[in-house]
Amino acid sequence: MSQGITLAPSRRLKKRYRAEQRFKAYCIAALLLALAFLVVFFSDMIRQGYSAFVQTEIKVDVTYDEDTIKFTNESVTEEVSPLISRAFYRTIPRQVEANPDLMNTTQTRWLTATAHVDQYRKGYSDRLDPELKATLDRLDSEGRVSYGFNSGLFFSGDSKIPSNAGLWSAFVGSFYVMIVVLVVSFPIGVATAIYLEEFAPDNRFTQAIEININNLAAVPSILFGLLGLAIFINFFGVPRSSALAGGLTLSLMTLPVIIISTRAALKAVPQNIRQGAQAVGASRWQAIRDHVLPLSLPGILTGTIIGIAQAIGETAPLLLIGMIAYIPDAPTSMTEAATVLPAQIYTWSGMPEGAYVSLTAAGILVLLSLLITLNATAVILRNRFERRW
Amino acid sequence: MRTRDLTGDNTQVVKVPTTERPRVNQNMKMKISDLEVWYGEKQALHGVSMDVVENEVTALIGPSGCGKSTFLRCLNRMNDLIPDVRIKGEVEFENQNIYAPEVDVVELRSHIGMVFQKPNPFPKSIYDNIAYAPKILGQVRKRTDMEDLVEHSLKRAGLWEEVKDRLQMPGLSLSGGQQQRLCIARAIAVSPSVLLMDEPCSALDPVATATVEQLIDELKENYTIVIVTHNLQQAARVAGYTAFFHLGNIVEYSDTDSLFTHPREKKTEDYITGRYG
Repeated sequence: MSQGITLAPSRRLKKRYRAEQRFKAYCIAALLLALAFLVVFFSDMIRQGYSAFVQTEIKVDVTYDEDTIKFTNESVTEEVSPLISRAFYRTIPRQVEANPDLMNTTQTRWLTATAHVDQYRKGYSDRLDPELKATLDRLDSEGRVSYGFNSGLFFSGDSKIPSNAGLWSAFVGSFYVMIVVLVVSFPIGVATAIYLEEFAPDNRFTQAIEININNLAAVPSILFGLLGLAIFINFFGVPRSSALAGGLTLSLMTLPVIIISTRAALKAVPQNIRQGAQAVGASRWQAIRDHVLPLSLPGILTGTIIGIAQAIGETAPLLLIGMIAYIPDAPTSMTEAATVLPAQIYTWSGMPEGAYVSLTAAGILVLLSLLITLNATAVILRNRFERRW
Repeated sequence: MRTRDLTGDNTQVVKVPTTERPRVNQNMKMKISDLEVWYGEKQALHGVSMDVVENEVTALIGPSGCGKSTFLRCLNRMNDLIPDVRIKGEVEFENQNIYAPEVDVVELRSHIGMVFQKPNPFPKSIYDNIAYAPKILGQVRKRTDMEDLVEHSLKRAGLWEEVKDRLQMPGLSLSGGQQQRLCIARAIAVSPSVLLMDEPCSALDPVATATVEQLIDELKENYTIVIVTHNLQQAARVAGYTAFFHLGNIVEYSDTDSLFTHPREKKTEDYITGRYG
């Protein structure tokens, strides 16, 4: 006799399904929460920062002659003069020097307005002199006021005049620092990882090294700043505030990241590739150079890019070695005083003028897009070269 | 226990009980005596002695963990790569002990090739898979010579007709059986005299297995082959001699026919009739 079997879920089974559903719901809730934070953060940054990408410009006639070179703010009419950013007047002698034909002519130009005008136009502040407001409104009705792309944000250095402040010197500083980090930490990190993974015997000593490298990755970054200050600046005499000092300090921080990711990439290469190479008479190094390294290269590069992205976003250790200076002109060498993107953002965030609030947010957006680009490159590299065994 | 040596040299005491004297007119390619291997504290081989007959296929069979793979990997010193391994005893090849201090493992491995359980072509093109070893060993320098060698090796491995139009394709694009034959072609490209095979067909389907077995049969004319296998029928099909390993010892070693039809040891009989293993 066959026993009656019911295929409908039992109560116990139903309970199990419900538990599963609940667990799934928790996970989705956690994900949504994380996404919500991200959305709030980004929309706030974009809301505050987008306005810094455009600037109020006013169409005026500029007169170039002997007088206006000396008294530059007289190059435009007295009425408009206080609306125009001081940064423009300073450039008049240079403009004439570069182009003598300008002398004794009058040109119609779109000029950057002062931060006060800009803030007023964007609706952030109402503290504009009533007379200037009236002038501005009249110019506006004549179609002589509009927004232009703020190219200065990207192509000029820091400035005490907010309408003239830009990220250029921070870009250059970050670039130099990145080069130093790459040149120092990539070869040292990869070589260390190859030795530890492929050659080192497994004993107490190498285990201690391994543990310490892992610990190094967890050391608060400000301590690396102290170390850099003590070793590179005080002991080796690397110039303070320079990209070289910053790069060396950040290399200390990036090294463990590169070592750990390179070791993981080497470990992922199947053992039988090494054995196959050695079985046909390749030496250990030949097996690594010809087979293991090419296979693990995407992983190594991914780790390196992520390490460098981390270094680019790092501020704390740089504060200690003086890379927080006011740098209006981009450095031309590794040993000159420099600043980097996050340090520039930090500087701006402490400025009293309202216009710097938007600049800070804009700087954050630029830094974030740079980091996203770097990390996306890492992901693409990994996906493109990923091999299945 | 006093037993006869495979070479017929009755004065030597070895731990190999044989049921039948193999043809003595054949040369011995390798002589292994008292090979002991430890992995850390664990002893994997307890003084194994056996001789490998030249231009024959010798199969090593036995249950998992019996030491047959360990034994095989001692013959080209692949075990050196494992940390914590200790090896005692002698493996004589070309009248030299391969564990003597003056022996260079890289040189040794160019004379004793190896094919692994899982096909492991290099992640390079088919051509480069074959050309790699002769190039780094400096055996072939001219491009045309290399092309000839690649063609010759692939022909020997019975793969030429299938891949001659796509030598620049990655080796990993081939099927499992083709990959394994590529690995065999790679191994014979450096003209070794001994080929060690560690369960070369265990990852292959029956059709590919048959092809590789046929290849092994052809290769024994020029090479001495030692093959580890879990498949008793395979041992019976391809091997002239078979050794049965158990718990790190050789239980029985004789020509394949005798071992399978008249096993001398009870353990061997139990194993080949499927009572354990």
